[in-house]
Amino acid sequence: MGDAEYVLEMNHISKSFPGVKALDDVNIKVRPGTVHALMGENGAGKSTLMKCLFGIYIPDEGEVRLAGKPVHFDTTRQALDAGISMIPQESMPVPCRPVMENLWLGRIPVKKFGPFGLVDNKRMLEDTTSIFKSLNMEDIDPKTWVRNLSVSKRQLLEIAKAVSYNARVIIMDEPSSSLTENEVEHLFRIIRDLRSKGVSIIYISHKIEEILEISDEVTIMRDGRHVGTYSAKDLTMDMIISKMVGRDLTHRFPPRSNVPGEAVMKVEDLTSAETKSFKNISFELRKGEILGIGGLVGAKRTELVESIFGLRPIESGTITLDGKTAFITSPQNAISRKMALLTEERRATGIVPMLSVMENTILANLPRYVKRSGFLDDKRCLADTEKSIEQLRVKTPSVKTRIKDLSGGNQQKVLFARWLLTEPDILILDEPTRGIDVGAKYEIYSIIADLAANGKSIIMISSEMPELLGMSDRIMVMCEGRVTGIVDGKTTNQEAIMRLAAQFM
Amino acid sequence: MTEKNAQGDTLTRSQARNKKSKEFALNNAIYIVFMILVLGITIQEPSFLAWRNLRNIMSMSATRIIIAMGIGGILITGGTDLSAGRQVGLAAVVASSLLQYQDYARRMYPGMSDLPIWLPIVIAIVVCGLIGLINGAIIAYLKVPPFIATLGTQVATYGITSIYFDRPPYGAQPIGGLRKDLTTLGSGYLGLDGTYSIPYIVLIALGIAAIVWLMHNKTRFGKNIYAIGGNSEAAKVSGVPVQKTLLIVYCFAGALYGLAGTLEAARTGGATNNYGNGYELDAIAACVVGGVSTSGGIGTVPGMVIGVLIFSIISYGLTFINMNPYWQQIIKGVIIVSAVALDARKYLTKR
Repeated sequence: MGDAEYVLEMNHISKSFPGVKALDDVNIKVRPGTVHALMGENGAGKSTLMKCLFGIYIPDEGEVRLAGKPVHFDTTRQALDAGISMIPQESMPVPCRPVMENLWLGRIPVKKFGPFGLVDNKRMLEDTTSIFKSLNMEDIDPKTWVRNLSVSKRQLLEIAKAVSYNARVIIMDEPSSSLTENEVEHLFRIIRDLRSKGVSIIYISHKIEEILEISDEVTIMRDGRHVGTYSAKDLTMDMIISKMVGRDLTHRFPPRSNVPGEAVMKVEDLTSAETKSFKNISFELRKGEILGIGGLVGAKRTELVESIFGLRPIESGTITLDGKTAFITSPQNAISRKMALLTEERRATGIVPMLSVMENTILANLPRYVKRSGFLDDKRCLADTEKSIEQLRVKTPSVKTRIKDLSGGNQQKVLFARWLLTEPDILILDEPTRGIDVGAKYEIYSIIADLAANGKSIIMISSEMPELLGMSDRIMVMCEGRVTGIVDGKTTNQEAIMRLAAQFM
Repeated sequence: MTEKNAQGDTLTRSQARNKKSKEFALNNAIYIVFMILVLGITIQEPSFLAWRNLRNIMSMSATRIIIAMGIGGILITGGTDLSAGRQVGLAAVVASSLLQYQDYARRMYPGMSDLPIWLPIVIAIVVCGLIGLINGAIIAYLKVPPFIATLGTQVATYGITSIYFDRPPYGAQPIGGLRKDLTTLGSGYLGLDGTYSIPYIVLIALGIAAIVWLMHNKTRFGKNIYAIGGNSEAAKVSGVPVQKTLLIVYCFAGALYGLAGTLEAARTGGATNNYGNGYELDAIAACVVGGVSTSGGIGTVPGMVIGVLIFSIISYGLTFINMNPYWQQIIKGVIIVSAVALDARKYLTKR
């Protein structure tokens, strides 16, 4: 393979994390001066692959070639020096420092002053101005603190930073997710300009129309594997969707015997008080129903359920519980109305890692265990924990084991146990099987199915299409903070949902 | 851009002005408190503003400023240093033991000829610099949280100081009989004329502050420490040598404690192994009051200096107007907490 053909090759890349094989023999080959899109569902391994390229992760197997020569990066510095730069998915600024220092961080220009290097503020300002000028970003003041910039301006700053390295390959991980339509146009002009100068762009996005508009080649990944690389000219939206999701659904889900009854919760015209969040959401949840919520990253599904649970402010709209309007202003309030929320980030907002299984189980329900003497009723705590462990089949050496030592699936079961002890009528599950291996997923599905059969109402956010289809009675699909459709789980299919999820893109 | 309130209405002009003045008060709260203190004391006792008092306050503040310069840099990286005070003690003992005059009865090294004055000072600086280097290595490479790492070196340094201090022939006796050239450094004045004289020690402290200001604002190293404290992940991804920078920050701070310890001995004319005990907390309090964020990334040299001065003025000024010293402690405590509470409001990000 000659130097001229590919500027970057990643061959047979594999990477495992404890319990998950994130990448399995993945290949990507990028030609010079092209925009190469990298696509796949959430969790397909796109970001992991790029982090392997950028020296943030070190791949377990496989080789990276840059212009034909094998390279190995232990740090991002080495990757930057070799001519690879990356726009991270989330902008990562140093907030209380000027824009220009953020831009040149790690390589701030200095002028020699005897043995000392003094920062050359004048040059830094000039360089910043000229880069901003070439990218049409003169409306950003190089001297203002980054925390004063809007989210989209920060994203543009990251783009400018990646460009300023004069890289041969620029990785853009969902660069448009926080940009407005005009700003996306702006970004595309920048990309086309770079491409004409011979720079290669690896462009990660969920937005299929964007991909078809800007890219030359498309590599599609699924479940950490390489599906194929195609010329963008030969692809249509439907082809991309079917390649991204194509897999069978047999025997992955337990049978369900729940029968949805009358409505227990009605949400009408709910609008978030946060900017760029969800708007005018209406739906109802029935007794004993599993309502799936589908959508892509950025559809504001988590924001919606957290607002319903009182964690985020609501601007307008009503929530009706059992026929009465409910003003839910705090999680305590929601819990007292027999609601429970299993959060998306199990580690960050779910488990308390250093506490035992028992302490984690009873956490949301502590007031109930306080005896009249003011002390906790250890016997009842233990009895309830043991009962829960048995019911949910949590595999743990003992109730005193620290929860961090359990597998992800068992941790999740403990969190189910925690919320079930509060005896909720409505359970909101935000990505209940994320990061859990396949066997444990089935057990979680069984728990969910049992709960629904026992008359609990369930809202389940999931980014896994098969899970949504396999578990939901109805599926509400959101896109960019709006509901784009509520469909019957039995009669719909993946393509239809994907189309609704990408409706405004 | 036009300013908007929560409802999205454009603010009226008087509201905007109101908001501006509120913001001004919030941003400059520390200087306002400083003025109020000085004003209050002066009203009580107009002679407070005499040069003699100001000179005393500056003298009191000099070594504390040097310590604050070291600890402030560490706080900006998001770290902390509990070993500062004990390092000051070690430096004070080492430097003064090597700078006793020849015919002093309880000389630690009876037969030793006089060293040039710079040598013991350099030794003290190097010894503390080494301890700082150890701190930095433990934190940057062994990934021990700074609080714990420096708690360990705090305790160990006291041990080292005491072993050095408590030796034959005289055992654990305060080290006295310091040479004139050293004590002059600590308590001598540069007289402009009879009334307006400036202590040497103050000039040294101001020199150090100027150097540190240059480092923080005009060097790549300085920019890097702010970036590490502000967002260490971003710094790392941008290729900032995070570990090396931390190593230097702690080492440099150690060197400053070394200098401060020597000057503290020079100022007071002696040293014991208990010198410097608790100075790190005073320095951290001063930095915090001066606007340094203990979560890192924020802080200025002038702010740190003012922070130190505020505490010196409280101690000196309130004693000057005969305020009960226990009340002074209460006022100090209130100032520490309210300064940080105000700062937290200033940097509160609106969701």
